[in-house]
Amino acid sequence: MDFSVAMGELVEAFVLIFQPVQLAYLFGGVLLGLSIGVLPGLGGIAGLALVLPFMYGMDPVAGLALMVGLIAVIPTSDTFSSVLLGIPGSSASQATVLDGFPLAKQGHAARALSAAFASSLFGGLFGAVILSFFILIARPLILAFGLPEMLMITILGMSMVAILAGRVPLKGVVAAGTGIMAGTIGAAPAGGSLRMSTYDFPYIVDGLQLVIVGLGIYAVPEIVSLLRQDRPIAEGGTLGDGWVQGVKDWWDNKWLSVRCAVIGVLVGVIPGLGGSVVDWIAYGSAVQTAKDRSMFGQGDIRGVIAPESSNNAKEGGGLVPTLIFGIPGSGSMAIFLGGLALLNLSPGPQMVRNNLDITYTIVWSLALANVFGAGLCILLSKYIAKLTTIRFTILAPYLFMMIAFAAFQSRQSPLDLAALILIGIIGILLRRFDFSRPAFLIGFVLSQQSEIFVNQAFQIAGARFRRSFENGLDYILSPITIVLLILTVVSIVVGIKASKNIRENIDAPTGSKMAPAIFLGVVTVYLLISVIDAFGVSRLQDKVFPLTVGLVTLAGAVLLLIRMWRTPETDDVFIDLEEGAEGEAPHGLWSTLAWFGLLLGLTFLFGLIIAQIGFMMGFFLTRGRFGLTRAAVATAIGIAFIMGLASILGRDFPPGLLQAYVDLPWPLH
Amino acid sequence: MKITAVAAFTAVATVSGGLAASAQSYEGATIDYVIPFSESGGSAQWANFFAPLIGQALPGAPTVVVRYRPGAGSTEGANWFQGEQDSNDGLLIFGDSGSTKFPYLLGDPRVRYQYQDWTPILASATGGVVYLPPDLGERFDGDMDDLKDEIYLYGSQGATTLDLVPLLAFKMLGLQVDPVFGVEGRGDGRLMFERGEANIDYQTSSAYIANVQPLVDGGLAVPIFTWGALDETGTIVRDPTFPDMPTFKEVCEATEGCETSGTAWDAWKAFFVAGFANQKTIFLPQSAPQEVVDTYIAALNDVVSAEGFQAKAEEVLGAYPQLVGPAAVEATEQATNISDEAKQYVLDWLKEDYGVTME
Repeated sequence: MDFSVAMGELVEAFVLIFQPVQLAYLFGGVLLGLSIGVLPGLGGIAGLALVLPFMYGMDPVAGLALMVGLIAVIPTSDTFSSVLLGIPGSSASQATVLDGFPLAKQGHAARALSAAFASSLFGGLFGAVILSFFILIARPLILAFGLPEMLMITILGMSMVAILAGRVPLKGVVAAGTGIMAGTIGAAPAGGSLRMSTYDFPYIVDGLQLVIVGLGIYAVPEIVSLLRQDRPIAEGGTLGDGWVQGVKDWWDNKWLSVRCAVIGVLVGVIPGLGGSVVDWIAYGSAVQTAKDRSMFGQGDIRGVIAPESSNNAKEGGGLVPTLIFGIPGSGSMAIFLGGLALLNLSPGPQMVRNNLDITYTIVWSLALANVFGAGLCILLSKYIAKLTTIRFTILAPYLFMMIAFAAFQSRQSPLDLAALILIGIIGILLRRFDFSRPAFLIGFVLSQQSEIFVNQAFQIAGARFRRSFENGLDYILSPITIVLLILTVVSIVVGIKASKNIRENIDAPTGSKMAPAIFLGVVTVYLLISVIDAFGVSRLQDKVFPLTVGLVTLAGAVLLLIRMWRTPETDDVFIDLEEGAEGEAPHGLWSTLAWFGLLLGLTFLFGLIIAQIGFMMGFFLTRGRFGLTRAAVATAIGIAFIMGLASILGRDFPPGLLQAYVDLPWPLH
Repeated sequence: MKITAVAAFTAVATVSGGLAASAQSYEGATIDYVIPFSESGGSAQWANFFAPLIGQALPGAPTVVVRYRPGAGSTEGANWFQGEQDSNDGLLIFGDSGSTKFPYLLGDPRVRYQYQDWTPILASATGGVVYLPPDLGERFDGDMDDLKDEIYLYGSQGATTLDLVPLLAFKMLGLQVDPVFGVEGRGDGRLMFERGEANIDYQTSSAYIANVQPLVDGGLAVPIFTWGALDETGTIVRDPTFPDMPTFKEVCEATEGCETSGTAWDAWKAFFVAGFANQKTIFLPQSAPQEVVDTYIAALNDVVSAEGFQAKAEEVLGAYPQLVGPAAVEATEQATNISDEAKQYVLDWLKEDYGVTME
């Protein structure tokens, strides 16, 4: 297609979108996206599902504006929970937590937020610009990325574990391997063989859900740790420098932002990878190219700018395959495609060819939404950052209510809550014994796609090699795979060097050998059982991946055990945060966790809403030291909020034993 | 059989029950339209297409809300619906898909639901087209005899998913097809074909029109046959969307060694009906009174006969009949019954060729 024609269409699209009604829809989508993105654990899928019923019969430009406005700003506003609370707002902003949350703890929340929003804005606009030109020529590029290439990108994402491994690299390997193994639980993607699960317990057959693992690994340990301290998130309870500094930070690092936006677009463009690697690759590249790495993981602003520039750019990139191939790159893109069908638009080559003006309204919507969204967020960041100065004990019950609700959306079973708390305990222990939680999460997130790509690439390569040796070699060793392979090797080498500087925990207290050894022992036993279980799978394709990864991880765990046996108890392998400042917190670890156990138990008995009322009242009265009236008001606010949210989203709450015997009206049923 | 009784009852009642229907009103009510899938699949699209239309057509214009209960390949949501069979106020409807019917037909141990308990009120059909790359496509002359020496790669979502239909068809035609399992959707399978990694593929009709037709026009793909469609008598005829393309049945008849009768054919046909010809069905619970069933059937008849419905449905659902009432009951009966022989044949084949068992 001629570029001058395309420019004409671009102008035409601008006229289509710049109508009061269309702009109103766009703005509505932006507001909705911002509100949903702010809530931890809820993202594009929940938001789009909310507007989908209204799509049918809507004016296409207005409908597109609504949906694109919503999608575009979610990676902007989910930064709030990543930075302020240490809870990844979505899988695309996991890496933001690493430096964003330490900044908030130091009282620099407003600075971190505005740097993040400035980066988001830039990334989003960059993505929109690329989308407008790329959509005309991207087809051959996308088709050049076959399975070996996608596998290599996944491995490149996995290599970021090297940077995040922490003080003892072997611990990082074990954490990542355990994450991968956790990702293989359930029915195998290829043949459906069961791994570490049984049909007698159907819940586990679908495997663990990303939302629950993300919240469990990050949110639960963070909430518990903050609760024990009984003070605000920002140490000292005051805000330092404001939002202007954040924008300056972004400007100082504009080239980093450009580079990460390019990474975001590229990874977004390739269908099948999804957004879960993009922030890690961006973060990794920021660390690898930085001269001074000493502050990463403890509040380096570049650690916020890099992932945030890439995750908004990814949305623009992600629309390319969605629009020209009709293939969803993520869960929210799949619903977006459904929405397009309800608007009578069928994405595919002919949409770009015949409806270029409509297609280009998507570009404009994306750009405008990013401006609206980031603008609003920057203006609000000063006020929202004040959350970090409130005593955390007052925030915690609301937060826990929110993440319990979000976790429950994944399967709508009370077992979602049990899974959340169980994984939360794993998260707490990983944190306590200084096993890298990001490494675990990267392993989990990339587990399934690695297995699929390995199996499929292997099978296709096998067929090619049967045809001829050259044919097979051509397939696996394309120029793209070779470049990616080199990048991966560089990334691992540089990563291992850099990892010494990147620490989640600054202090490294050690105590007795007992607690760390028991934890590692349990992990080793679990790995052993998984390996035996994988060995028992009869279908080769379903067995190879968990068996191989399991054996490697098991070997790592055994080596660690040997090191534990041979070194004195002051060795880094025995790090136990309970022996340091954590252990001196006013409240104990297990007694704090018991509150959540209580909520879980009550939910199984009475359903979430009744349980939540009891939990909040009890919590505010004892831990919050509220009077009866104040506690009742605080509880009522929370319950009203969650009920309002559920009724807007059209969701139910987890039922308990009570509901099996008594028929109750919504929201109690 | 129980289901025939239900069918007959429904058929009689539809004729005589026109008056009773008008007494029912759902003003101000919220109707839950539950599907056992997540927000991001084809079923969500189907349900969201119908939900507002059903709401407008029912007396009192209630709000119809689509609710998602995904899990265990849709068996979890279906098991849940089985437990809701005594909800008789008409405020709950359930929409299934081929992925819900297949485990039922195969005797998957996770299945605790019984199709004969449910009352089908609407059945939606779809179709599919199989295509080849141009170098192989030019060797196609109405039969597959000249194409059997090739080794095929096919991007597949899994042997017990809707891909069972193409995989069994390929086997019956005597093609050597290596399925590459673990593909996430048919769109990814198509991409694999476009990248040259796979060299045989099929797409459902709407996806074919949107994404494969441009390839065909550009000389990058050649369609060879469709799955066909069912006529009123339950016979496979040419797909109304692609009347110029032969059906699998025609190609099978012309191909040496492929039989359109016998156990293999019966098995293929049963799964074709469950997976395509009656892919998605809306059900009321067993205990719904006749009055409620009639109200729904009248409303759905209004929906599908409304002016412009066909054109709108074509974009989202393809140009296929939407069967209402007795026709839906008949279609569901065909889609959920399989002879023991045919079932055993499929189970043996799945185990032997793919190592997949149902236990």
